[in-house]
Amino acid sequence: MAGTAVRGRLSDPGGRPPQAPLAAWQTATVSSVTAETASVRTILLNVPDWPGHRAGQHLDVRLTAEDGYQAERSYSIASAPGEPLAITVERLEDGEVSPYLTEELRAGDQMEVRGPIGGYFVWEPEMGGPLLLAAGGSGVVPLRAIVRCRIMVGSSVPVRLLYSSRSWADVIYSGELSRPTPGVEVIHTLTRSHPDGWTGYTRRVDAAMLAEVAFRAAEGALAYVCGPTNFVEAVAAGLVGLGYPAGRVKTERFGASGQ
Amino acid sequence: MLGPLEGSVLDGNAIGGLLMSLFGTDMTAATGSCGFCGTVAQVAELAVYRSDLGTVVRCRTCDGVLMVFVEVRGVTCVDLEGLASLS
Repeated sequence: MAGTAVRGRLSDPGGRPPQAPLAAWQTATVSSVTAETASVRTILLNVPDWPGHRAGQHLDVRLTAEDGYQAERSYSIASAPGEPLAITVERLEDGEVSPYLTEELRAGDQMEVRGPIGGYFVWEPEMGGPLLLAAGGSGVVPLRAIVRCRIMVGSSVPVRLLYSSRSWADVIYSGELSRPTPGVEVIHTLTRSHPDGWTGYTRRVDAAMLAEVAFRAAEGALAYVCGPTNFVEAVAAGLVGLGYPAGRVKTERFGASGQ
Repeated sequence: MLGPLEGSVLDGNAIGGLLMSLFGTDMTAATGSCGFCGTVAQVAELAVYRSDLGTVVRCRTCDGVLMVFVEVRGVTCVDLEGLASLS
């Protein structure tokens, strides 16, 4: 296909092509900031013209410094369709945007957002299940939206969430995920340290763990895998090794682990 | 195949917003076919490398460069030459 040049900034003076509403930057006002772990915050956003979203989608955040410098990042949407818009953000030590979002941001502050984004890593009730969800670290965020959606619509699709964290203190949504929900199983693995008396998994997700936890391929499960790139590659390969068709394993990669 | 940067490789989900701003609609669920090896994949499944210089999208099968995005003074230059089709 031939190369083309496209105007990609709303700030271009004049002559810009009409943009689809979804692609436009909108002003979001922070309603609240809630601590999930020492380094993770859930940020509730009020966006007056938010068109609604589907479970699993993300949005882009754009911050503009006083000197005009802009930084954009993508964050998964943490809330189910119909709930107030929320994102959950993990602070990255060398990050440019996440330290501000997790440490400086207060209710009433404003930022620009664009979205919702994504038509691939999305679950809708009519897609059915069973649902195998695999999360590495903050990869749990879009999967939490899927679980909440499944519960809110009264779906009976069986769900297993395999969630890998460094330690129990790093588990995001630990209270919510600990509440028993019929048909929803949460299986944790803690890869670096674990509380005394911990009887769960204590290693990285591997083929043997997937074989124990995952629905059998013959059950026709749909898998969503989200986390650091290495985690996603390992889990997706493991599931295909168990007989899951590649087309039934949806993946979203966050980049290098440790982020 | 992907070399030392492998751990930081993203996927097409990461450029959903960029593509939406360019095409006016979601493209992550669109299907592209590689102009080098013919592999057909959804955009969300492609390998994405981002840097301050721009964004390079590669085929996961043959590593061929499918798309390049570079922004210069507010204009995004798009090279889709490596794609045989995108729909």
